[in-house]
Amino acid sequence: MNDAAEFPSIEAIVIGASAGGVEALLALLSPLREGFTLPIIVVLHLPDERRSLLAEVFARRVLMPVREATDKTLVEAGTLYFATPGYHLSVEHDRSFSLSLEDRVHHSRPAIDYLFESAADTYGSALAAVLLTGANRDGARGLSHVKRRGGLTIVQDPTEAQVATMPQAALDIHEPDHILPIGGIGRLLVELERIAC
Amino acid sequence: MERQYPVDRNSEIELRLLIEAIYLKYSYDFRDYSGASIKRRVNHALVQFECSTISALQEKVLHDPTAFMQLLQLLTIPVSEMFRDPSHFLAIRKEVVPLLKTYPSIKIWIAGCSTGEEVYSMAILLREEGLLDRTIIYATDINPRSLDKAKQGIFSMENVRAYTANYQQAGGQCSFADYYTAAYGYAIFDKSLCENVTFADHSLATDSVFSETQLISCRNVLIYFNKKLQDRAFGLFHESLCHRGFLVLGSKETPDFSAFGNQFEPLVKQERIYRKS
Repeated sequence: MNDAAEFPSIEAIVIGASAGGVEALLALLSPLREGFTLPIIVVLHLPDERRSLLAEVFARRVLMPVREATDKTLVEAGTLYFATPGYHLSVEHDRSFSLSLEDRVHHSRPAIDYLFESAADTYGSALAAVLLTGANRDGARGLSHVKRRGGLTIVQDPTEAQVATMPQAALDIHEPDHILPIGGIGRLLVELERIAC
Repeated sequence: MERQYPVDRNSEIELRLLIEAIYLKYSYDFRDYSGASIKRRVNHALVQFECSTISALQEKVLHDPTAFMQLLQLLTIPVSEMFRDPSHFLAIRKEVVPLLKTYPSIKIWIAGCSTGEEVYSMAILLREEGLLDRTIIYATDINPRSLDKAKQGIFSMENVRAYTANYQQAGGQCSFADYYTAAYGYAIFDKSLCENVTFADHSLATDSVFSETQLISCRNVLIYFNKKLQDRAFGLFHESLCHRGFLVLGSKETPDFSAFGNQFEPLVKQERIYRKS
């Protein structure tokens, strides 16, 4: 079987993480080589604060440009985006970001479901969605929606996750394409990028 | 052989038809709102209205104006708080008020005022700065029920406790309780705050400028618009503002990426306070 048949060509990667997420994301993203071409959009649950230091923390530890996702700006290739604390984040059909102050989902804003569902509607089968460690149920519905739209779904192996609740909640309602430890997810992302190029 | 059509496109077609129907029948224009947010709210409405498809919801609201008014409550987002982002209001006090004081009379437009939290915040700030008596505030929104609530000025005590902390951090000079009377778990705000406030139905999507203003506050409204509609709104603000007038936005909103990017300059960038250049 050739690569193209095994994996669809991916245009964007979305990642959701909660408790234990900073460590998991650093382990996943810092090995990515300079010039990684796909955009990676991350919702990480954090306590609400006026300014997020996430982009600054990750900018020192990853080789991609890192930005906070800004309302109405276009998703750019090869960039790592973080959702703004306190706002939901969506990707619109024209591949621009939108922010929203709608009600919290699973007590969270930004919510992983919100990003995943909108990105699935926009990218369809060209989306890869990754759900990592966490202590709530956010992301499970979003992941199912990604699958319904033909996208690729990846869940961190709950036995390896710092907090198993969130990946396990996704596995309870959805059979993902891949259940992998962080190292395996990283290698898969590299493979997806290679095929997309 | 019969052609196959993708099933998941149905809901997108239905959503567009619903929004078009609402526009044609009721003149509320959601056509240039951000898609993901509108889609979520319509899906939420399907549950509330017990409709299995958006087409069923469309039939209901097209033939029943009462049902439409209920749907409008779900499509507009009445989430607001008084003195939201206290540092924003502190910056208005410090950087904008001294310049506003140079005008003999002041007109302020609060666009998308929802249930009035921004209006009362601004009125309280202006009173403490001695400007309220010579200010006219136009508070506009597309949702008549939100405007009614705003006019009443009654807020739950539970929320008012959170607003009190905001007020203090925003440089409030009195006791917040001076501005309302508490009764049965509600805070009824001082009517005199609204003596010079005109509440009016106005849509940034379909209406035009109605007055020259010195300051426009439009916070956490533009994020629900697409770029085209944001451009329209910035155009209205630019037209309404006097020479060197002030535009204040929500904490993640900016004119920078709009067609009017170079027509506004930041006064306090971090707090989203701009001036017409």
